[in-house]
Amino acid sequence: MNPKPSIEKLRWMYECMSLIRQFEERLKWLVETGLPIGAAHYYIGQEAVAAGVCAELAPDDWIASNHRGHGHCIAKGVDVAPMMAELFGKVTGTNRGKGGSMHITDVTKGILGVNPIVGASVSHALGAALSAKVRKTRQVAVAFFGEGGAGIGITHECMNMAAIWKLPIIFVCENNGYAQATPVEYASSILAISDRAAGYNMPGITVNGQDVVAVWEAAEPAVKRARAGEGPTLIEAKTYRYFGHHQGDDTLRYRLKEEEQAARDRDCLKQFRAEMEKNGPLRITDLDAIDAQHKILIDNAVEFARSSPLPEPYDLYTDVYVATKRGVE
Amino acid sequence: MTTPIRELTFGQAINEALRLEMRRDPAVIVIGEDVAGAAGRAHLGLVDAWGGPMRATRGLIQEFGAERVIDTPIAEMGFVGMAVGAAMTGLRPVVEIMFVDLIGVCYDQIINQAAKMHYMMGGKVEVPMVIRTAFGTRGDKRSYGGGAAAQHSQTLSAVLAHIPGLKVVVPSTAYNAKGLTAAAIRDNGPVIVMEHKFLGFSAKGHVPEEAYSTPIGRCEIVRKGRDVTLVGIGRMTHVCLEAAALLATDNIEAEVVDVLTINPLDEETIIRSVKRTHRCVVVDEDTPVCSMGRDIAARVGDAAFDFLDAPVKAVTAADTPVPFAAVLEAHYTPNAEKVVAVVKEQIG
Repeated sequence: MNPKPSIEKLRWMYECMSLIRQFEERLKWLVETGLPIGAAHYYIGQEAVAAGVCAELAPDDWIASNHRGHGHCIAKGVDVAPMMAELFGKVTGTNRGKGGSMHITDVTKGILGVNPIVGASVSHALGAALSAKVRKTRQVAVAFFGEGGAGIGITHECMNMAAIWKLPIIFVCENNGYAQATPVEYASSILAISDRAAGYNMPGITVNGQDVVAVWEAAEPAVKRARAGEGPTLIEAKTYRYFGHHQGDDTLRYRLKEEEQAARDRDCLKQFRAEMEKNGPLRITDLDAIDAQHKILIDNAVEFARSSPLPEPYDLYTDVYVATKRGVE
Repeated sequence: MTTPIRELTFGQAINEALRLEMRRDPAVIVIGEDVAGAAGRAHLGLVDAWGGPMRATRGLIQEFGAERVIDTPIAEMGFVGMAVGAAMTGLRPVVEIMFVDLIGVCYDQIINQAAKMHYMMGGKVEVPMVIRTAFGTRGDKRSYGGGAAAQHSQTLSAVLAHIPGLKVVVPSTAYNAKGLTAAAIRDNGPVIVMEHKFLGFSAKGHVPEEAYSTPIGRCEIVRKGRDVTLVGIGRMTHVCLEAAALLATDNIEAEVVDVLTINPLDEETIIRSVKRTHRCVVVDEDTPVCSMGRDIAARVGDAAFDFLDAPVKAVTAADTPVPFAAVLEAHYTPNAEKVVAVVKEQIG
């Protein structure tokens, strides 16, 4: 019998999903009302994956994320205020205004980067796992990538190396069905990405990525296995992004309204609330209180971002090289 | 009684630098294809079968074990990225990319990941990693060519030096190979060490036994002269010295500057030299378009224009792929005669 999540864990996972949803919805509104942001890839719809996996991670465990990374950052504990400030290009941002949406990261929270070069960050998680093994810590690493990232060579190289060296890593493939406008059934020769695990002699499992408990139930043994030195696991979480690849992408040019509606009907927050209402142990009033707190948190984050200073022109030249704070003279 | 001078080859000097740095700091690990060889065969009594193209990593596994000397599958994209992740999380990986020609398969990890993490994250993470890679042609028609042709002989230093955030060093002697390798490992950011294949077994010289480092970002004047400044990179420094010796027979005294670090470049030493000699020829083994050779020439032209008695020249490889036949390779690669001809043209 697999363990069930404790009430504290359930509460944590709801808090996490709710905060991500509110952050992303506010950001989307800000972008639509004129915040200049370059590209923003909203995580709305996929919250259960970040929450279900990160619920099992310790603060000093590592994750590496992809272009759709705001949710992973929040799930790993990054404050929403410096995140919002980063998206406003402010010097108080997580990356001092040098990263923006596609690099938003706080390494002190165990995030090796939100990385828009598809597949690249999978190898950084592998490196963190190697580092944990060599330094003999008990840290584990998680690589988040999409079903698009499952197809690039580096992901395969990394799965092979993780398996031959039994590194403490969990590969989490968030299969949201689309690599930009390319459907997974076109780009993948197999139905379940997790079938590929067999090719690397590691366990593979496909779960409903819109059900946070199902994600957690897959993550819990995978993290345990990694921490015990037994090697990697591949988890495929089937999920859905409600909006375009990035803002301004018209999804109805490549998918049908009915499919979008069906995914929204399975919404992770909606499902979670329905389940709690029916069987507990959390009460709906608790969940509403969490949502209300998050609204204040996001209001404050936006206020912090708005009132923060912009970088100075000379900041352009700082941190190109480690030892040189004003660039190479 | 005098102690005999201890000599090592270029490859042995790099090996010693790696060994000493690994002893100094348990966070230093070595990663690459066949950095040891015979991986996993210790139970058959087979270890340390290879050691890289110039045997620079041979013997390390015997002292430091397979946990710190990691043979990888053929997966440059994956293991260079793994090194980036390891460097961000407490290790100091030294990665070997067997030949610089192979950077094509892992270029993203070098130019987008290793080079930019520190900047993109607002200085909050450091990526202390080294990439060692072999490069270059022999180009000597009196003996034989390198014979490795278009995909195993390139220089490609320009496409690395081009990237802000990367430091790129090109040692030329056993002494500075040891010092620059140590400096690269101790640096808190990513450093590429470009090791010329045909210095590997041949450039023999005095190397002190103790650990030392050669500063990154400094040129060295290796021959004094008043008539022309020859600027050499890697093996081309030896070509410059050879040219200087030939020019001396015609009473032309060439000063030779060994660049050693192509990025960040020590412009000051080069420009100061040119202001004294009033002429400059840069010798670069890379192909000419967007090369370090032309870049240095442009910087000299910009900063020392009023001091010049002749246009600054760059002697580079031909603007072609590297050919196989020795006779063609000799045409491809800069040599002392080509340098002498350019200097004589400048002096008129």
